[in-house]
Amino acid sequence: MDEIRFLDAGEQGLVVEFGARIDPGINRRVHNAATLIAAARIPGILEVVPTYRSLLIYFDPLAISRRQLAESVRLLLEDTGGEAQTVTARVVEIPVAYGGEHGPDLAFVASHTGLSPEEVVAIHTSVPYLVYMLGFTPGFPYLGGMSERIAAPRLEQPRTAIPGGSVGIAGTQTGIYPVASPGGWRIIGRTPVKLFAPGAADPFLFAAGDYLQFKAVSAADYAAIAEQVASGVYEPVVRSATDKGGDAR
Amino acid sequence: MITIVSAGLFTTVQDAGRWGFQAYGVPVAGAMDRYAYNLANILAGNPPGTACLEMTVTGDTIRFETDAYIAICGADMQPALDGKAAATWSAFPVTAGSTLSCGYAVRGCRTYLAVRGGIDVPVVLGSRSTYTRAAIGGLEGRKLKVGDKLAIGNSGPSDSRPLHLPGEYKPAAVSGEITLRVLPGPQQDHFTMAGIETLFSSPYTITDEADRMGCRLEGLKIEHADKADIVSDALPQGAIQVPGHGMPIIMMADRQTTGGYTKIGTVIGPDLALLAQAKPGDTVRLKRCSDEEAVAVLRKERELYEAASAWRASALSREQGPVRRFTMTVNGQSYDIEVREV
Repeated sequence: MDEIRFLDAGEQGLVVEFGARIDPGINRRVHNAATLIAAARIPGILEVVPTYRSLLIYFDPLAISRRQLAESVRLLLEDTGGEAQTVTARVVEIPVAYGGEHGPDLAFVASHTGLSPEEVVAIHTSVPYLVYMLGFTPGFPYLGGMSERIAAPRLEQPRTAIPGGSVGIAGTQTGIYPVASPGGWRIIGRTPVKLFAPGAADPFLFAAGDYLQFKAVSAADYAAIAEQVASGVYEPVVRSATDKGGDAR
Repeated sequence: MITIVSAGLFTTVQDAGRWGFQAYGVPVAGAMDRYAYNLANILAGNPPGTACLEMTVTGDTIRFETDAYIAICGADMQPALDGKAAATWSAFPVTAGSTLSCGYAVRGCRTYLAVRGGIDVPVVLGSRSTYTRAAIGGLEGRKLKVGDKLAIGNSGPSDSRPLHLPGEYKPAAVSGEITLRVLPGPQQDHFTMAGIETLFSSPYTITDEADRMGCRLEGLKIEHADKADIVSDALPQGAIQVPGHGMPIIMMADRQTTGGYTKIGTVIGPDLALLAQAKPGDTVRLKRCSDEEAVAVLRKERELYEAASAWRASALSREQGPVRRFTMTVNGQSYDIEVREV
């Protein structure tokens, strides 16, 4: 197991680093630690940001010293063995209309990989993807675990505007653009589901540590779900990680 | 209510920032120069964290539709009230129908306009700060334009006297060169000793690519020991990223929450106000500092806010004539009573 390192990130930032690799085991330790630290309610902590392989704890150094904070976190992780009591990972289903106007690059990915568009979709929807962290833009999930069989290079010339909800592939990464933005990923489909709804009571669909399962839907289903989303009645399909299927990442 | 009669280059509503959602990829945003922002609120009699206007490089012309009490702090944008010069680092009343015009920032880069009661735009995820990239906060998540109308929050009775902040609370005069203190880390071990020495010994120039997200610097190349990329991790404000080209980028208020470039160090929070007031072409020197020193500087900043608040309270009470204080006991309960002439 990698040693935990405490690093400085400015006078208000303490990094707790669990490793230097993208690795599901390291990432699980990160999210466990984030859960434990949140539950411990250590005075002086302002915010905890879990990432692939480390946590950044923002704190007020006039309320708690860096040394005290590091010591509290170290003891907390030792006492609990670094395991949170209740880790209720969720698997959230994301309906996607693949190809056509919603996924202009599906044909490219198919020809690039030597597969049929149907095979690309089948592989893309075959496993749940771990949400390692969120970042880049509000609600953007960094996903891990996509098959190399459908890996495709980025566009040489990034598009200036990609609609929100677009599902893309870049190398062996896959993801969803939560809000409209420029981007160079190969767009293979689009989801009508909002990953970030700033006005909603629960504005974020995903939290780091969740799993995301893509599900292919017809254009008609897409339109029906889009209507439900627009009228605020759409409820995403969520199941617990214990019955997430074959992939244990 | 206030109306934007002519729009500055980039004016947004900002407060102390959108904390608590970085784990969901939401940047903190908030005022770039937190010192000028906080002093503007103190002068206006607002609680900490009240929403202000942040004007960049050139300011707006604003018409007040109601009586108001305002404070202007930060860069000198030559403010004028109904054509008559108004002071910065000062607070004063304005009457309904009057017009405040701000021009080009002759010194500094950003000016904060605080209105007693605050700029009342909807709170999004706990903050009124504008984050334009995701179009949230402020007024429709964008910079202000001509014709925009902004509501002012309720504040109870306003003060009516002008206040001028004493010199001891004003930052040093802006020159073309600033020194920023840097706490090394978290990835200083990704650089050679020579690379770290370069950062702390040679001057850097602010490029044209300097905005609310980050400030790119140009100068001697900083040498990496190994790769310039890391597995993405969290990005605090002030973080100095050094990509493969070896030129530092200092991350500011609208920075993304995570990033994949090595971070050689972090500019300490209180010094970021200096960078927020610097302009392209200005020189930046980076100076190594210890955690103890950084915390001491932060403590001094907080003490200055307290002292400025105390100064304001006493300045107002002095101007309201003699005060009599006594203690009174009613039903066994003790009360401190203050009586002043009005």
